[in-house]
Amino acid sequence: MTLQGRGEGEGEGRGHGLGQGLLAGPSANAAAPDATDGDVVAIPLRRPWRWISAAVVLLLVAAFAFSVLTNPNIDFAAIGEFLFDPRILEGVWLTVVITVIAMVVSTVLAIVIAAMRLSSNPVLSTVAWCYVWVFRGTPLLVQIVLWGYLGLLYAKLSVGVPFTDVVFWQVNTNELISAFVAGLLALTLNQAAYSSEIVRAGMVSVDEGQHEAAYSLGMSPLYTFRRVLLPQAMRVIIPPMGNETISMLKNTSLLSVIAVLEIYTQATVISSQNLKQVELLIVASLWYLFMTSVLSIPQYYLERRYGRGTSRNLPPTPLQRMRRAFAARRPGPAPAPETKAVSVV
Amino acid sequence: MSITVPTTDSATPTPTRSLVEIRRVRKSFGAHEVLRDVSLAVPEGTVTVLLGPSGSGKSTLLRCINHLETIDGGRIIVDGELIGYRQVGHTIHEMTPKQIARQRRDIGMVFQRFNLFPHMTALENIVEAPTGIGGVPRTQARTRAKDLLDRVGIADFAAHYPAQLSGGQQQRVAIARALAMDPKLMLFDEPTSALDPELVGDVLDVMRELAKEGMTMIVVTHEIGFARGVADQVVFMDGGVVVEAGHPEEVLDRPQRQRTRNFLESVR
Ligand SMILES: Nc1ncnc2c1ncn2[C@@H]1O[C@H](COP(=O)(O)OP(=O)(O)OP(=O)(O)O)[C@@H](O)[C@H]1O
Ligand SMILES: [Mg+2]
Repeated sequence: MTLQGRGEGEGEGRGHGLGQGLLAGPSANAAAPDATDGDVVAIPLRRPWRWISAAVVLLLVAAFAFSVLTNPNIDFAAIGEFLFDPRILEGVWLTVVITVIAMVVSTVLAIVIAAMRLSSNPVLSTVAWCYVWVFRGTPLLVQIVLWGYLGLLYAKLSVGVPFTDVVFWQVNTNELISAFVAGLLALTLNQAAYSSEIVRAGMVSVDEGQHEAAYSLGMSPLYTFRRVLLPQAMRVIIPPMGNETISMLKNTSLLSVIAVLEIYTQATVISSQNLKQVELLIVASLWYLFMTSVLSIPQYYLERRYGRGTSRNLPPTPLQRMRRAFAARRPGPAPAPETKAVSVV
Repeated sequence: MSITVPTTDSATPTPTRSLVEIRRVRKSFGAHEVLRDVSLAVPEGTVTVLLGPSGSGKSTLLRCINHLETIDGGRIIVDGELIGYRQVGHTIHEMTPKQIARQRRDIGMVFQRFNLFPHMTALENIVEAPTGIGGVPRTQARTRAKDLLDRVGIADFAAHYPAQLSGGQQQRVAIARALAMDPKLMLFDEPTSALDPELVGDVLDVMRELAKEGMTMIVVTHEIGFARGVADQVVFMDGGVVVEAGHPEEVLDRPQRQRTRNFLESVR
């Protein structure tokens, strides 16, 4: 019972059925008036507004592009010059590093917070709720500045037994918390609050029967979480997490307020010297656009990976589609479907 | 007020020992008493069918046997082991999740809604527990899984995801998945209730085959034909108590109690 065989059989069967039906039907004569059936041409409805609206929009876009490109106040040579300036590239690198670290750490933290939120222990779930309440309820910018000022609040940070004098390790806050670390902390802790809600929604979306099936096979709660629940929750978690990653990448620019030298800070530093503010903002924007575009690729493949089993057939990836298109174009022995089509006619 | 029916005096000659012994089990959800002093013995290698109206506590009893539900009193013993609890003097203490997981490996369960893992293929569903927690080498587990799929009649569907299988096929994968852990006991909770009528037969055939091979089974079902043909013991429950238990012919054809008669009328 191969697919091909069945397809052919079905096609033939339907053909016969149709022919017989037409012949046997009472309106057989009326349905086949003359031999000109093949000459009838179907004309789709004309939609003039489509053309008009498209033309208007194109005109507006062209006018805007023209005004930008011919603007004597924009120095395009400077954009080209600074696009690959070492300072800009350093800024790009730092932006990527901060985004990656903050996303990875915040996701781990988010899983813990979500697990606490879903736990039956009222203390854990209340603490988790409060965490989300505080970090989601205050502006990220304010949190960043606060973390930058941490040295004012706690002069020394120490690891020891709470409420006793036992101290294992101690350090001056300003030594440990550089602007980079403060920024990282702010972004990570804030993101963990948002991500934990996404993770929680994902966990809740998994059917209760999945726990029972896993437990009845003798799986421990942790194993069940890792192998059964999390992979299914991922399907719900990945798309919004892609958005969060893109937001994170752009939010790193807020770290300029505590002088972390990511790309936006670098751009403003350079422009404060050469006064080409707009050009450098364009440079930074081009980089942001490039990075967010690149980010959507892993998201696509992750969504595919965790979508396994949900739809009956996964569509081919762009890469597979491209290969297939090339294969079809490649000259060689005549492909089978074409010859079949000829034989039908 | 509660009726405890001793099952040892049923007409079946029971030369083998009891694999499952349920003694005066009590279970409430809040103020609602779902199981009231339920006692039941299932000899090794026999099939017990649980019948009863909706809400009578059949599923709850089944779920207590592999400790998916805690119990409030009484005890459940499977193969000589107290399930879910350790006895210390006159009280019993709940085990840790790890110990409970260990006990559940010997008890397979099949659910009304299949509950296959949707992100794994049929074969992966079966292989997951033996390799992940049973320590069986991957290749060996895969060979075994293919055998099992063959036995339940869907060898060609090993690479299919649950969404690509019919209900009957999914339920047979679920049975194979439970069997892959080599359980001593199989629990079935209305395994055919979610199936289209024409698919019920395939699943019941697999269960018949399993019974023939000597698997000890407790089956909640409304398939009276299956109970008559396969069961060694039929237990009728209502309102959280065992109303009547015995050989299928006794309970199904000559029920002693009015409640049993009414129920059997309603399912015919
Ligand atoms: N988790 C729970 N919380 C509260 N009540 C529950 C819970 N599970 C079951 N019950 C109640 O316990 C009673 C027995 O339920 P159970 O599922 O064991 O019945 P059943 O005999 O399997 O019925 P059915 O034939 O409908 O499956 C029902 O009244 C049900 O509402
Ligand atoms: Mg039930």
